[in-house]
Amino acid sequence: MRAVTTRIASRVAASAAVAGTLVPASVYAAGAVDGAVQKQATNVEAIVMFLVFVLFTLGITYWAARRTKSAKDFYAAGGGITGFQNGLAIAGDYMSAASFLGIAGLVYANGFDGLIYSVGFLVGWPIVLFLIAERLRNLGKYTFADVASYRFKQTPIRTLSACGSLATVTFYLIAQMVGAGKLIQLLFGLDYMVAVIIVGVLMIGYVTFGGMLATTWVQIIKAVLLLSGASFMAFMILAKFGFSPEAMFKAAVDVHPKGVAIMSPGAFVSDPVDTISLGLTLMFGTAGLPHILMRFFTVSDAKEARKSVFYATGFIGYFYILTFIIGFGAIVLILGKDANGAYPFLTAAPAEGVKAAVASVIGGTNMAAIHTAHAVGGDLFFGFISAVAFATILAVVAGLTLAGASAVSHDLYASVFARGRVNEADEIRVSKITTVVIGIVSIVLGIAFENQNVAFMVGLAFAIAASTNFPILLMSMFWGKMTTRGAVMGGAIGLISACVMIALGPTVWKAVLGHPTAIIGYANPGVFSIILAFVGIWFFSITDNSAQAQKERRDFEDQYVRSQTGLGAEGASAH
Amino acid sequence: MNQNAQRIVNNPKFQELVAKRSAFAWTLSIAMLVIYFGFILLVAFGKEFLGTPIGSGVTTWGMPIGVFTILSAFILTGIYVQRANGEFDELNRQILEETK
Repeated sequence: MRAVTTRIASRVAASAAVAGTLVPASVYAAGAVDGAVQKQATNVEAIVMFLVFVLFTLGITYWAARRTKSAKDFYAAGGGITGFQNGLAIAGDYMSAASFLGIAGLVYANGFDGLIYSVGFLVGWPIVLFLIAERLRNLGKYTFADVASYRFKQTPIRTLSACGSLATVTFYLIAQMVGAGKLIQLLFGLDYMVAVIIVGVLMIGYVTFGGMLATTWVQIIKAVLLLSGASFMAFMILAKFGFSPEAMFKAAVDVHPKGVAIMSPGAFVSDPVDTISLGLTLMFGTAGLPHILMRFFTVSDAKEARKSVFYATGFIGYFYILTFIIGFGAIVLILGKDANGAYPFLTAAPAEGVKAAVASVIGGTNMAAIHTAHAVGGDLFFGFISAVAFATILAVVAGLTLAGASAVSHDLYASVFARGRVNEADEIRVSKITTVVIGIVSIVLGIAFENQNVAFMVGLAFAIAASTNFPILLMSMFWGKMTTRGAVMGGAIGLISACVMIALGPTVWKAVLGHPTAIIGYANPGVFSIILAFVGIWFFSITDNSAQAQKERRDFEDQYVRSQTGLGAEGASAH
Repeated sequence: MNQNAQRIVNNPKFQELVAKRSAFAWTLSIAMLVIYFGFILLVAFGKEFLGTPIGSGVTTWGMPIGVFTILSAFILTGIYVQRANGEFDELNRQILEETK
């Protein structure tokens, strides 16, 4: 243990906090690793394990490439993924590296408050199941814009949906790339630029050659690795306390500087409006993320789509309970003395009789889960968890890139630009070219944003998904009176209001642009921008009496029957 | 309007399916919203209650309530899938069968 601890101390010492991301907006699923970090000593175990993962997934990509021939194969894995597999893949898409490190770090720093965020991330899933999943599966083909534009004028709705998708994907990708570069620098001792290029090149490889089939399997493997690693950690932590949560909480209260306050909600969630707004954004943003919605077209029918959400909810909920245990374990293992009476994971041991400060953890609070892995499983397990963190980033960016490429090739190129007169081979070619372009752009942006504060970008991605994609999608399926004009105006209002309010709010105006106070006091615009979008859709639809609008209203019944029964829905391809 | 779709709309079983399934889906959605926003409102306005220890230990009421909220999401999805993949899909199958 001594050798281990000295090594990690040297590895991460002197690095300015990886984290410092503990403002609400940055706790979004992907989060971002903030602040400058220094390159660390090369972590051989982690690199070897990561290489094994890469070789294995490239093998899968080769296998998938040989089975990916049609557009349906490329976008939707031929529709042949089972509900259980898709549930794992959805969970994989959702459990990003930073939601693992970020939420565990949040629990380590604040205790109970971490649970509030976990709950927020989870409760969107039942809503997706009850209101969206089966209708989406019955109506759509490859992208959510298929559903949103079902009975409307293709050009405006597809264009707006593609903009919504690309905006969501781009902000999410930048945050992931910057986080990836910093995390890998810290865990593996690789150069920031090298790390970003590796992530970009591998993701281009998976998506271009293996399409959705390879992306899905990369996601499934990563989900299994992450869930296994986190389960092992939680098991080892609980074992230390004879599997008594009470004993664990007691030990944590004894060493945490906030004492018994970590057992109740703190000041972290202070403004009820902002909290409710965050809750709404998380809930409806989940139901508007293009890379997640796309997953519903990989299963054969509505039945499997429902099962996917059931399994995904189970895995994600289980994962959040694990991160909660890991966060409390981190308090005891990091802030308390080890068997030798030392504090191996702190920059300096606290004075006698004084509790260690939370922020004195080496590498910042987002490193709490990584240190805990080291403490419970030694060097080898530390290497494993580092490799899993890298794999996690890779899987998430691959899913995002495929969603972005589909928005361009299927929505913009095939439906808007070529007006449906396009053959499959051309459409797939455009999709692959777009994948390469998105890959290169995200490498460039990842490098350009290295020293920028990107924590707000995931919040922005969720806000756009919740205020543009989700309202159009939901209303197109539920409200027969919606028209093209209503959808476009409402969606645009949601998009603009979410972007403007975030730009003028504390996360950008104050934290990024450095103004002393924010113009808008709320960090989460959701409650306003979502309502504005719905009101916009309603108002511009009911006032629309054009011939086109009349026709769109008449067409609702056909769509309604198909959404309810699956009559005429896309099936699985035969292989 | 598509003829098959017309026939389905006129089928009383379709009306039954849609009425039952949407009532069920909305009930469960509202249950989830009540549980979640109940939790959030407790966080915002009921901090003392959530911070009250259970018995003589340090574990507070907030812990089981938080974990219950997570479990409830999973349980509610399970309840929906159970009924939708059984009863509702059977009804749906009959409707599509009769339309052929």
